[in-house]
Amino acid sequence: MGRRHILIGGGPGTMAAAEAIRGAEDGAEIVLVGADPHGYYSRPGLAYYLTNEIPEERLFPFTPDDLLSLGLLSIPERAVGLDPAAHTVTLESGRQLAYDRLLLATGSRAIPARVPGAELDGVVKVDGMDDARDIVRRCRKAKAAVVVGGGITALEIVEGLRARHLHVHYFMRKDRYWANVLSGSESRIVLQRLLSEGVEIHTYTELAAIHGRGGRVAAVETGDGTRIPCDLVAVAVGVRPQIELARAAGLECARGVLVDQHLRSSDPGVFAAGDVAEAADRHTGHRVLEVLWSSALAKGRIAGLNMATEPTHVYEQGPPLNVTRLAGLYTTIIGTVGSGDDSDLEGISRGDSQVWSELCSRAIVEAQRGDAHIRLALGDGIIVGAVVMGDQALSFPLQELIEGRVDVSGIVPALEAPRAPIVELINDVWQNWRTGLA
Amino acid sequence: MSAVDWFSTDRAKYANLATAWVTPEPHRCVQCGICSFNCPMGIDVRRHVWRSEPVDDSHCLTCGECVKRCPRGLLRFEPIAPAKPARRHRRGR
Repeated sequence: MGRRHILIGGGPGTMAAAEAIRGAEDGAEIVLVGADPHGYYSRPGLAYYLTNEIPEERLFPFTPDDLLSLGLLSIPERAVGLDPAAHTVTLESGRQLAYDRLLLATGSRAIPARVPGAELDGVVKVDGMDDARDIVRRCRKAKAAVVVGGGITALEIVEGLRARHLHVHYFMRKDRYWANVLSGSESRIVLQRLLSEGVEIHTYTELAAIHGRGGRVAAVETGDGTRIPCDLVAVAVGVRPQIELARAAGLECARGVLVDQHLRSSDPGVFAAGDVAEAADRHTGHRVLEVLWSSALAKGRIAGLNMATEPTHVYEQGPPLNVTRLAGLYTTIIGTVGSGDDSDLEGISRGDSQVWSELCSRAIVEAQRGDAHIRLALGDGIIVGAVVMGDQALSFPLQELIEGRVDVSGIVPALEAPRAPIVELINDVWQNWRTGLA
Repeated sequence: MSAVDWFSTDRAKYANLATAWVTPEPHRCVQCGICSFNCPMGIDVRRHVWRSEPVDDSHCLTCGECVKRCPRGLLRFEPIAPAKPARRHRRGR
């Protein structure tokens, strides 16, 4: 029997780590400790389950046979204690497990609303499968809902509730959606589309209290005292990495578990991946949090390789990428694109990266035609970030140009000119670059 | 007709006449499964994406359902390379 690796979590970070360990260390014993009784499923896919585009059972990418072939021993329990000196984990049942290497990929959890009435039946969030199921069940009887918060999750809930024919009130503290990532014009496109879908948007509106009847949500009260009757209140004000276990074990933590370039925590036997791993950006050196599926997979793979072999594999945090749907509009967000704060969010939301809102661009180029919108953030001779909304023709080219830090200084003056043919300019420079690679 | 001819006929039947196949950009995938759910041939497209493989399943009609419906736009048709690997029958994996 080889070494025993314990993976605490159950999301993409743990699955990628398990595959990496199995590939590098044939005889390893891999134990998966996860608190989610549903096991591994597509958490981002819950958005499409809410909109009724996919049934719940299709959100599970792997069959039991797949997991067996990986040789995973799965323990559906919460880990409540970690002793890095003794190399042991304690489970909720009191059972203790010894390990050689341990991965913390405990993910993040929604921040609850802090208003009177937040404990009422009918106040919901979307952390996992049970939450999504709960919303779908409630939608059968509910007529109206209030959604507070920002980022991708708030919109996913808004769209899910609308798809299930509820009247939806969306509260925003100011007048701009996802203000630390999207520009004013991008936000306007999203909000306009929500309006056309029948969503009632309340700008400059604060949730002050939730009122109940018989223990259930009956209405909300806004900051100016207005009462709005509703059956559901959905809260998406951000998420927080679940670092309680790491912190109690004495591992160095800030907002997440602090890891080095090998994704090793302050204890050499403990690694971290996914939302909880707070790693340094390779270009800026700033420690950033990312709540992205693709980053979780990448971190899990590197952590797994380092657990199975010597810790020589380096996690290189590239420009973060997410492709999502905002009010039904395909939107690609890459690299550094925004700045400032979003008053609707506390910290970070799901599908978000702090790199996006780092201020480092020299100039911004924007173009819009209908709902199609392109925004480029330019650095010194390179593109450092982009938001492509609607027509996705430039999504792949921009991803490659940004990730490759390709010199675009030759087209910068043309890009900055009024009514610049951005699509043609970017496509040309991308084609030339690809030809040079061939 | 000899056995050899039979095999030849069979090969012709399954010869790939399509000039493009569905190719993923795995980095963008969140494994939601909408691609597999909408495939009229029951091909587990999501599994191909996880393995960073084009959909080289002989049952693929190249109908484009998965390409059009992927909410992250990570699937696209790419010309099949001349030296493509042998097509496999992997339905229902």
